[in-house]
Amino acid sequence: MPATYEPIATTTLGSSASSVTFSSIPGTYTDLILVVNGTSTATNGNEMQFNGDTGNNYSFTLLYGTGSAAVSSRNSNISFAYAGRTNTNQSVSITQIMNYANTTTYKTVLTRASSNGDIVMGNVSTWRSTSAITSLVYAGATFNSGTVFTLYGIKAA
Amino acid sequence: MATTYEAIATVTVGSGGAANMEFTSIPQTYTDLVIKASTRTNYGTQADACILQFNSNSSSYSMIRLQGSGSAASSNSNTTNIRAVTDEDNATANTFGSWEAYVPNYTLSNNKSVSLDSVMENNATAAEQNLVAGLWSNTAAITSIKLLPLNGTAFKQYSTATLYGIKNS
Repeated sequence: MPATYEPIATTTLGSSASSVTFSSIPGTYTDLILVVNGTSTATNGNEMQFNGDTGNNYSFTLLYGTGSAAVSSRNSNISFAYAGRTNTNQSVSITQIMNYANTTTYKTVLTRASSNGDIVMGNVSTWRSTSAITSLVYAGATFNSGTVFTLYGIKAA
Repeated sequence: MATTYEAIATVTVGSGGAANMEFTSIPQTYTDLVIKASTRTNYGTQADACILQFNSNSSSYSMIRLQGSGSAASSNSNTTNIRAVTDEDNATANTFGSWEAYVPNYTLSNNKSVSLDSVMENNATAAEQNLVAGLWSNTAAITSIKLLPLNGTAFKQYSTATLYGIKNS
């Protein structure tokens, strides 16, 4: 059976960093999955931008639990997709980007974040662009050494 | 390119039930682990849960949970375990809870984070959906995973769990 779930690239930080970039993403998959596992120097929402687009072309809706309350919020025009959350405890965020290579639709991003000792969250973002995604930047925090970022590609057929 | 998302093992409960389901001697050759499970316990009072226990260690677990009941959303936390909601004997016959747990970098010497999503459905009266952020504050590599009922004493027949390994290179 052909492989349909393949690693594209992995970055393990050897020192703290404020962003990680995946460039030259091949357009040969159907969906992308980014797994981020690690810590940051403070509690921060993590941001994702595609193809260097820093304009207010993104929106997101958050649903999260704090341990005592369930909360939802939304931002309709902002400069990044919301793609997880990190803090000083070991945490994991898993982001799926569907049909990232198509050139006819806006891009939908689903993230499931487990920010331990902080919140648990599911959220959806949209990037209002029909461009195929060829690069992404993951930022929004100072990520500590040892944090692992892995981008996978999934083929539909 | 080599397969990177592979089934490691499957456990299925036979007639008579089982006190736990366990994966042992987990190979250390993957990057992340995924468990996909369908479970029902013999508890007969209300929704039960399935506890994840690593390396037979029963301490240093915590979780934050976001719950949806079909009519309300709420959130709570504990410092005793990481668990998935599941069906039990009081639920509609033949219904099982479904859940998936993602355990990244299980061989590294960091505390282990867990992303866990679970649902249970009692077709007649109730349902529950949970999103869980789990943490095992232990730096040991995970070599075994045991699944235990929270309130019941056994998993019912046909409960099943599959452990997958994912490689990042």
